[in-house]
Amino acid sequence: MTTTTTTPTGTPPDGGPGRRSAGAALLNSLRTNMRQYGMLIALVFIVVLFQIWTDGTLLLPNNVSNLIQQNGYILILAMGMMLVIIAGHIDLSVGSLVGFVGALSAVMMVKHDVPWVLALIVSLLIGAAAGAWQGFWVAYIGIPSFIVTLAGMLLFRGATQIVLEGQSIAPFPKGFQNIAQGFLPEMGPYTQYHNPTLVIGLLLIVALLWKEWRDRRAQLAYELEVLPLGLWLLKCVAIVAALVAFTLTLASFRGVPVVLLLMCVLLIGLGFVMRNAVIGRHIYALGGNKAAAKLSGVKDQRVTFLVFVNMGLLAALAGCVYAARLNAATPNAGTMFELEAIAASFIGGASMSGGVGTVMGAVIGGLVLGVLNNGMSLVGIGTDYQQVIKGLVLLAAVGFDVWNKRRTGS
Amino acid sequence: MTAPVLQMRSITKTFPGVTALSGVDLTVRAGEVHAVCGENGAGKSTLMKVLSGVHPHGSYSGEILFGGEPAAFRDIRASEQQGIVIIHQELALIPQLSLAENIFLGNENARRGIIGWSTTLRRAAALLRRVGVPDKPQTRIADVGVGKQQLVEIAKALSKEVRLLILDEPTAALNDEDSDKLLDLILELRDQGIACILISHKLNEIRKVADRVTILRDGRTIETLTVREAPGDPADVSEDRIIRGMVGRDLDHRFPERSRYEGEDAGRTALSVSGWTVRHPVDPQRRVVDGVSLEVRRGEIVGVAGLMGAGRTELAMSVFGRSYGQYERGTLHIDGREVRARTVPEAVAHGLAYVTEDRKTYGLNLIDTINRNISLASLPKLTRRGVVDEHQERRVAEGYRDSMNIKAPTVFEQVQRLSGGNQQKVVLSKWIHADPEVLILDEPTRGIDVSAKYEIYTVIDQLAARGKAVLFISSELPELLGMCDRIYTMAAGRLTGEVPRAEATQEVLMRRMTQDDDS
Repeated sequence: MTTTTTTPTGTPPDGGPGRRSAGAALLNSLRTNMRQYGMLIALVFIVVLFQIWTDGTLLLPNNVSNLIQQNGYILILAMGMMLVIIAGHIDLSVGSLVGFVGALSAVMMVKHDVPWVLALIVSLLIGAAAGAWQGFWVAYIGIPSFIVTLAGMLLFRGATQIVLEGQSIAPFPKGFQNIAQGFLPEMGPYTQYHNPTLVIGLLLIVALLWKEWRDRRAQLAYELEVLPLGLWLLKCVAIVAALVAFTLTLASFRGVPVVLLLMCVLLIGLGFVMRNAVIGRHIYALGGNKAAAKLSGVKDQRVTFLVFVNMGLLAALAGCVYAARLNAATPNAGTMFELEAIAASFIGGASMSGGVGTVMGAVIGGLVLGVLNNGMSLVGIGTDYQQVIKGLVLLAAVGFDVWNKRRTGS
Repeated sequence: MTAPVLQMRSITKTFPGVTALSGVDLTVRAGEVHAVCGENGAGKSTLMKVLSGVHPHGSYSGEILFGGEPAAFRDIRASEQQGIVIIHQELALIPQLSLAENIFLGNENARRGIIGWSTTLRRAAALLRRVGVPDKPQTRIADVGVGKQQLVEIAKALSKEVRLLILDEPTAALNDEDSDKLLDLILELRDQGIACILISHKLNEIRKVADRVTILRDGRTIETLTVREAPGDPADVSEDRIIRGMVGRDLDHRFPERSRYEGEDAGRTALSVSGWTVRHPVDPQRRVVDGVSLEVRRGEIVGVAGLMGAGRTELAMSVFGRSYGQYERGTLHIDGREVRARTVPEAVAHGLAYVTEDRKTYGLNLIDTINRNISLASLPKLTRRGVVDEHQERRVAEGYRDSMNIKAPTVFEQVQRLSGGNQQKVVLSKWIHADPEVLILDEPTRGIDVSAKYEIYTVIDQLAARGKAVLFISSELPELLGMCDRIYTMAAGRLTGEVPRAEATQEVLMRRMTQDDDS
C-alpha cells in the first residue's frame, strides 16, 4: 500500500503544502492538517512494525492484494461517510444498507436470473434511493441525522432479513464475484510481471507528473509563489519511486484487483469534487458554519440531500462488493460496518462538529484500521484483543488532535 | 451621603488590538439605583463583565472595592458569593424547567445531593410573591411571558442574597406595562437596601428610577450626573444633557472625503422597500419590523440609526431573502423592478448583498481559509463547468488582500486567526466580489480599531463612487454622520424619521431613536 502512504505528500488532498510556498504556508498547513499527517506517519509506522513482526509477510504481493480486497468495502463506505461528517451529519444506517442491497442483488441474480450487470445497476439505484429517503428527512424535514439513520439502521436490517427470509443466498455469477475477487486480465507476451498493471502504473506516473508540471506552470503564469525547483524535483522523484514500488508489488502477483480500480476512481473523483467542485465547497461551508453558508447563498437543503444520496450509492456499492467477496448474501452482512466507517473518518481527520476532513483522510484512516486488522491476524492476535486495540487507536488519534489543537490555541 | 457599596477605580481592559476600557471609574452608593449609559460599544458590557468576574481578576488593570474590601473575582461564581448578581439581556433561564427549578438552578436546596422539594417550593413561592409573580412555582418558564421571566430572574438573584443587582437592558424586550412593573420592583428593592446598576438606552426610564447616572464613551468615564437628590424630587437632569454626554466628540479626520458617482444613472432609485412588515420567528404576536418604507439611490450611502432592539438587523435580514422572521407583507423593488426574493440565492441573483453584524456567527466559516471564505458567495464566477478555478480564486483573494490591506501572510490563513478588523475585510471582500448593486452593511465597523475603521469607510465610499447603493446600519452615530447622505432612524420596529445629512446632528438622531411610538 505504498501508493496511498505517499500520495498525500505528492498531491495534497486539501490544499496541502506542496502547492503552496515553502515557509509560513507550509508550517500553517502542517499545523492545521496535523491529524492527517500524524495518521500518515502512524500508518507508515504500523506498516513497518508489522512488516518486521510478520517477517515480511505483510508486504508480500499476495498479502497486499488480499489487504486491498479485505478492506475495499470499508474504504468505500469511509469515503462516503467522510462527506456526511464534513457536512455536519452522521450516518448510522450504512451497515444495514450494505446487507440490504447485498440481499436484493442476491435475490435478483440467484432467484430471478437477472444478468449481473443489470442487477448491479439496479442495486446502486436502490442504494441511491435509500440515501434519498434518509436525506429527505434530514434536509427537508429537519430531523437530526442521528435519529433518521438510527431508524434506517433498524429499518434496513429488518428489511434484509425479510428479503432473505432469514436464509443466506448463494452463489453469485462469476462476473459479479469478480467485482470483489477479480483482477484485471493478463494481456500481451509473457514477462515476469502482469502487463496491464505495468501499463497502468506507467500511465499513472505520467499523468501525475504531467499534473504536477501543469500546476507549477499555471502557478508561475499567475505569478503565484511556487516550491523551489530542487524541492519540487525531489517531490516528483518521491512520487515516482513510490508508484514504481507499488506497481511492481502488484504486478508480481496477479495484477490490479478490480476493487482497487474502483477505489481509485472513487478517491480521485470524490477528492476532486470536494476540492474543486462548487458542491464540494458548499459541503465544507455548511459543516463549518451553516448560518454563514446559508447567508452566502448555499442551498443547504439540496446539498445535504445530495450528500446522503451519495452515501446511499456508496453503501450500495460496498454492499455489492461485500456480497461478491463472501459469494453469498447473509442476513447479518454489514453489521457494525457503520462504526468502522465512522472510526476511519475520525482517525483520518474528520471533526465531530463538521467542516473538516478530506476524502484521502478517510482512506488513510481506513487503512490504519485495515493494516491493524490484517497485521494482528497474521501474528495471531485474537479478534477480542484486536477490538480493544482498535478502540484505543481511535481514542488516541482523536485525543492527539484535541491536545494538538489546545496546544496551538486554535 | 451614604457610603459606597462599590468602587471601581481606573479599570482598563484591552482585547487584542482594541482597548475596550481605559481608566474607567464607577462608584455606586449603598441603596441607590445607578444608571450606566453610553452608545453601543462604549464599554458598558465590558465593564459589567469585569465587575462580575466574566473577565477574571488579572485580565484587567485597576481596582475594585466591594463593600469596602478589595475584590478579585476569578469567575462569576466568586462574584455571586459576594452578592453581585448580573442579569443579562438574554435571559439565562431553562424554558423546560419550572419557575422554582430555575430560581434555584446551580444553587439547589439540597442535602447530600438530594433536592428537598418542599423547601424549594416554599422558598420559591415566597420569592415569587416578593417580585410580584402570581404564578405557581411549578409552572414551566416557557408558559409565562417574557415580562414575568425577567421578574423570575430577579427572584433568582434574590435567592442568592444579592447586595448589588446589575440589570443589562432589562426592558428591551418588554412592553410598557411589564416595563413599569419591573421598574417599580427595582425601586422597591432599592428601598430594601439593594443597590442596583441599570444599563439602559431608554432615557425616560433612567429619569424615572435612577438616582445617579454615569456616562461612558469610547471606553472612558465621561461624567457622573445626579439625577435626583432624594426619591420623589423633580429630576434636575434633562434627557438632552445625558445625550450630550453620550455623543459629544469631534468628527475631524475620522472619515474619508466622500466621492461623487458620476454615472448616467446617478440618482436613480436602486433599492426601494415599502410597507415591510416582519413578525418575530418564535413569537408571531410581535412585529419586529412594522411597515418600514425606505429608498436608496445609486451612488448614495444611506444610514439606518437605531438602538438595540429597534429592528434594524431584522429588517435587513428579512429583505435579504427573508432570512429572518416571518415575512408578513411589503414590497421590494431593485432598479425599479419588483423583486420577490424568497431565498438568499434569489436575493443574491437580484443584486443584493448583506454584510452581517455578527461576522463570526453569520459571516464567516472560521475554520476555513481566507480565499475560500471570499469566494463562497460568488463561486459560479470562478467556476468553469462546475470546477472551481483555484488559481483564479487564489489570485482574486490575493487581489483583495492587497487592495483591502488584509493583514495575513498568505490567503491560505485560517480566518479565525485574523483580528476582527481583518475578518471584517474578508466578509466585505466576499460580498464585493459577488458584485451586487445594493449592499446592506450591518455594523460594518463593530469591534474593530480606529485605523481599520478608516480603511473600511474608504471601501464603502468607493463602492458608492462606483454607483452601488449602500444601506449603512450602525449604532455609532458619528460614523453615520461622517459617511451618509441621508439617515433613517428606527425605534421599536418602525421608522421614526428621515434626516438629510445637512440637518443631522447626534442630538436630533438620538432624540428620534429614543422616542417611543407615542409621537
